[in-house]
Amino acid sequence: MIELLIIAVKCLVVFTAALLGVPFMVWFERKVVAHMQMRLGPMYVGPHGVLQPFADAIKLMFKEDFLPPQANKVVYYLAPVLGMTTAVLAFSVIPFGPQTNLFGLLKEPIPLQVTDLNIGLLIIFSATAMGVYGIVLAGWSSNSKYPLLGALRSTAQMASYELSLGLSTVSILMLAGSLSLNEIVNAQAGLYWGFIPRWFVFQSPTGFAAFLLYFICGVAETNRAPFDLPEAETELVAGFHTEYSSMKFAMFFMAEYVNMIAVSAIATTLFLGGWHGWGAGGDTSYGWVIGLGWFVAKVISLLFVYVWLRATLPRLRYDQLMAFGWKFLFPASLVTILATALWISRQVS
Amino acid sequence: MTTVFFLIFALTAIGAAVAMIFQRNPVYSCLCLVLAFFALAGLYVLLGAPFIAAIQIIVYAGAIMVLFLFVIMLLNLSAEERERPKRPRFLPFAVAVGGLLLLELALVFRRAPLLGMPAGQSETSVEEIGLKLFTDYIYPFELSSVLILAAIIGAVMLAKRKI
Repeated sequence: MIELLIIAVKCLVVFTAALLGVPFMVWFERKVVAHMQMRLGPMYVGPHGVLQPFADAIKLMFKEDFLPPQANKVVYYLAPVLGMTTAVLAFSVIPFGPQTNLFGLLKEPIPLQVTDLNIGLLIIFSATAMGVYGIVLAGWSSNSKYPLLGALRSTAQMASYELSLGLSTVSILMLAGSLSLNEIVNAQAGLYWGFIPRWFVFQSPTGFAAFLLYFICGVAETNRAPFDLPEAETELVAGFHTEYSSMKFAMFFMAEYVNMIAVSAIATTLFLGGWHGWGAGGDTSYGWVIGLGWFVAKVISLLFVYVWLRATLPRLRYDQLMAFGWKFLFPASLVTILATALWISRQVS
Repeated sequence: MTTVFFLIFALTAIGAAVAMIFQRNPVYSCLCLVLAFFALAGLYVLLGAPFIAAIQIIVYAGAIMVLFLFVIMLLNLSAEERERPKRPRFLPFAVAVGGLLLLELALVFRRAPLLGMPAGQSETSVEEIGLKLFTDYIYPFELSSVLILAAIIGAVMLAKRKI
């Protein structure tokens, strides 16, 4: 009974945290971009505008919920739900911190992870793979030109970059020897010579290359600048969600931000040692708080890179995007796998 | 408990497959097939093969069906074109292939019980699958990769008339 309760509470906490990450990320992005452009960004609602995203959310809720007359109703309603569900799904296997009994609240220590499956990484890939459907179906069911073009672009883009995304994590699987995210994180514990953490980015030279490849593909998978072709506003109005309004638009918006957080969290788990850091874990009662803090700090630094890219780089042209994905990223990830295999065989012999 | 889940997944798979055939709208057919794939993945999990289940979703539901949808959207058939032809031209061929599959199914059912689990099952790990593929099943494995290579070359030949 108590186990079921713990699982339910865990699901609820992770779900809420993922959703609450969205207003934070919106505010963070607006502030960082504003300061990079010598502006202040939102300042009026709350101190330094922290409540601005909540004000926007309330505004969106009260907007008219418009259904295009030519739209395919069932699919039109289904699309944002699919987009949102698949976005949150990835959080079900990510370990957020070490085992804890919450300052002695529980008798048995629990892992800070919803579930530890031995195919954890594949669950994340299936969630990413299904994420395309939300966008594609939104574009098709709106029965309008711009959304359809956005959806077509997005299908081709996501199908192409998914390949390199998957391949870039293979070298991590080879180094860790497991698909379980918990084991992958624990393979990154400890320090080299007392000060360099044994994260996979530092464990082998190929780990760093794989990390870069993963992050580039992750940016493309979440349709963010400079790969935001599916919603390029200069050409496609708003791309696949042009015909969506009110909360249904908000769901696409939230799905995009949850996806960004998910990609950063997965990158943290796979390459940056997850919750491992100085003072995390161990036998102390507060070790898990430090671990959680490390995890959040790493995720936020990756989210900062996301925003940084958006403020710096212009959008790619569509043919450039495809050529970059197939002619550079794909071969590069294959070479990384080969190099990792060589590295491991040298370590073993 | 397992039987309940088995019935849910099995009925969903059959229902989705039947719905897929009877849909007029190709996009609906596509979505029904995705649902059927999900139900199949659930069945694989019940059989102690979570790896196959995940691959099923990633490859079939996630990649192949998305490309199907892509093509359907590109063609975007209008309502008249979707009307069923009065006399299907491929009827004899369809009956032959369907009959063959039915025969195969009947043979399978004669050997295995309708309900229930295979004996001595435990969750197979990815490591075991990898070891099996590269030792006992190395020839089928390599042959299928050659087949895929041939398919890739074929696709390039079809897409690019002039090389």
